[in-house]
Amino acid sequence: MKTLIAFVMSVSFALVAMAQSPSMSPPSPDGLRKGGTLGETPAAPAIAGDPREVKREVRNYPEQPPVIPHAIRGYQVDKRFNRCLDCHSRESAPSAGAPMVSVTHFMDRDFQVRAEVTPGRYFCTQCHVPQTDAEALVESDFKAVDQVIREQKQGAGQ
Amino acid sequence: MMDRLKYYWRLLRKPSVHYSLGFLTLGGFLAGIIFWGGFNTALEVTNTEQFCIGCHEMYSNPYQELKDTIHYTNRSGVRATCSDCHVPHDWTHKIGRKMEASKEVWGWIFGTINTPEKFEAKRRELAQREWHRLKANDSLECRNCHEFESMDFTLQDPRAAEAHSTALTENSDQTCIDCHKGIAHELPDMAGVSR
Repeated sequence: MKTLIAFVMSVSFALVAMAQSPSMSPPSPDGLRKGGTLGETPAAPAIAGDPREVKREVRNYPEQPPVIPHAIRGYQVDKRFNRCLDCHSRESAPSAGAPMVSVTHFMDRDFQVRAEVTPGRYFCTQCHVPQTDAEALVESDFKAVDQVIREQKQGAGQ
Repeated sequence: MMDRLKYYWRLLRKPSVHYSLGFLTLGGFLAGIIFWGGFNTALEVTNTEQFCIGCHEMYSNPYQELKDTIHYTNRSGVRATCSDCHVPHDWTHKIGRKMEASKEVWGWIFGTINTPEKFEAKRRELAQREWHRLKANDSLECRNCHEFESMDFTLQDPRAAEAHSTALTENSDQTCIDCHKGIAHELPDMAGVSR
């Protein structure tokens, strides 16, 4: 009996040790950080760095919110102040050489155009984001609208 | 009253009876060093960030907001502490600012901004005071580090170069703070403020 208890104890200790050791524990499911085991903590990928400075980018479909072609580090957008509107507001856009926020941003929920940007469209980064040159985390088979149309035409022509 | 004043005046004018001239001059000299040095050391202590954020008002409001900005963390690790922007570096102006700061001690004693709500309510007033101060001294504290003479406009983007090369010249009355507000702390409600 005593030997059995000793045997069971040592086996369970060994299993616990195995499960906890980084190299011997079972493989982890493939999430955003591929490879490794459950016991390991793989290093996080490097932060993508500053947004790329580009000219204005073509939209992939007509209603796409245009992406932000400049860095927006530390921009304050809250109840008190909206840094984006410093340049993109109706009054300052021409002198700043920035595109004015579109008229849809001035519409309230009844499509009534107001004098100021309405609260529903006030928080710019809900839709508009800067772009980095980071690699995509997951594969995407997204096609721009022009490409879809072109491919359809080609398909119909055959 | 007059008698008393006369007594002290006579006491001052009379030559010393017990102490030698050497003791008085050397002693005065040493005491001068100790007092002047002590004064300046104490003054410098009040100029450190440790001192400023020693009070929770400064630690939990302005200091936390500073931490996200480029004046606190950046590539090259050069940073500005509280006094770099809020206290002039040269002596006369520094003493002037330190005397103004007695108002801040008053605020600390009576807890005028000791909760986030109180701070929020006074944010516009406090910000405006700093804007006015920097406008009046031609953004002196900014210029401790950012020298107009050393700015290479060709390295700035066209819009910045255009603004800097016109607005900051002798024949313009604009200064750094006119455009660069809210660079180290969050801005208050900006309704009606021109930027």
